[in-house]
Amino acid sequence: MEDAVTNPALPQLLYGSITITHYVVLAALLFVTGICGIFLNRKNIITILMSVELMLLGVNINFVAFSVYLHDLAGQIFTMLVLTVAAAEAAIGLAILVVYARNRGTIDVDDISSLKG
Amino acid sequence: MQTDIPSLLFYVFATLMMAAGFAVISARNPVHAVFFLIVAFFNAAGLFVLLGAEYLAMTLVIVYVGAVAVLFLFVVMMLNINFERLRAGFIKSLPAGIAMAVLLLAELGGLLYSSLQKPAPLAAATLPIPNAAEVTNAKAIGMVLYTHYMSVFEISGVILLVAMIGAIVLTHRQRLGVRKQVIASQLQRRRADGVQLMQVKSGEGV
Repeated sequence: MEDAVTNPALPQLLYGSITITHYVVLAALLFVTGICGIFLNRKNIITILMSVELMLLGVNINFVAFSVYLHDLAGQIFTMLVLTVAAAEAAIGLAILVVYARNRGTIDVDDISSLKG
Repeated sequence: MQTDIPSLLFYVFATLMMAAGFAVISARNPVHAVFFLIVAFFNAAGLFVLLGAEYLAMTLVIVYVGAVAVLFLFVVMMLNINFERLRAGFIKSLPAGIAMAVLLLAELGGLLYSSLQKPAPLAAATLPIPNAAEVTNAKAIGMVLYTHYMSVFEISGVILLVAMIGAIVLTHRQRLGVRKQVIASQLQRRRADGVQLMQVKSGEGV
């Protein structure tokens, strides 16, 4: 890691031997896991919502890691806003899900096509 | 590569979080998926503590584990749904999902590689993090959140209020055949409405 000394723009050590790159790779892996979950559980809308939460978590990890790396608090503030919106989204999404399951008796995504005409 | 405790902890948290993430998307039972989601959130909170963002770590545990995951658990257990039927397309959509994941990972990897080869100059911090030895993370966030981001903070409160009202309005239903107490009609009731005095002769009835 000699580059870190000569070029300040290269990833500096956050602690120990961990750089920002470690966190970016981890967040990307988690995000892609979430997207993969949406594709794999196409029929189960509850698992789709959980996959969306995983993707949001990956984005949050990116925000916090870059906030610490750049010594800028704005990233952590933005993570709080993402948490707020994620909580609101989960509440509304699950409420719609409950109403839908009460009316139709199923939550299969393929059955949600009444508006197609 | 030297191995110190924080780096080791990073790898432990990261490995557990990724394993839990894979378990979430591949769990057969949605209840197990919710539990693995909780594990993933706890490990992410550990990563936040490692980074020095303790306030966000605690918020993550309270909001996600305490509220969102419990909400998921409630809904999964409350809905009586045949989840086996919903898993029918899992194997069929496996190739598409893996192809999509590989494609996206390749794109992100290429982006990361190019940015490591030719790093962009770092912008100066607009809201620098104060020295952690003097100001705690929660205090630093509070000092910024209630001054610089006041309007944003209030709008996020309104978002939560709208979400709360929306969830209540959506799931509330009028039940038929339930006798409820109506205070107004109770108070409007006069003596003449309910009481009738009659002179009943003995042996004849009303």
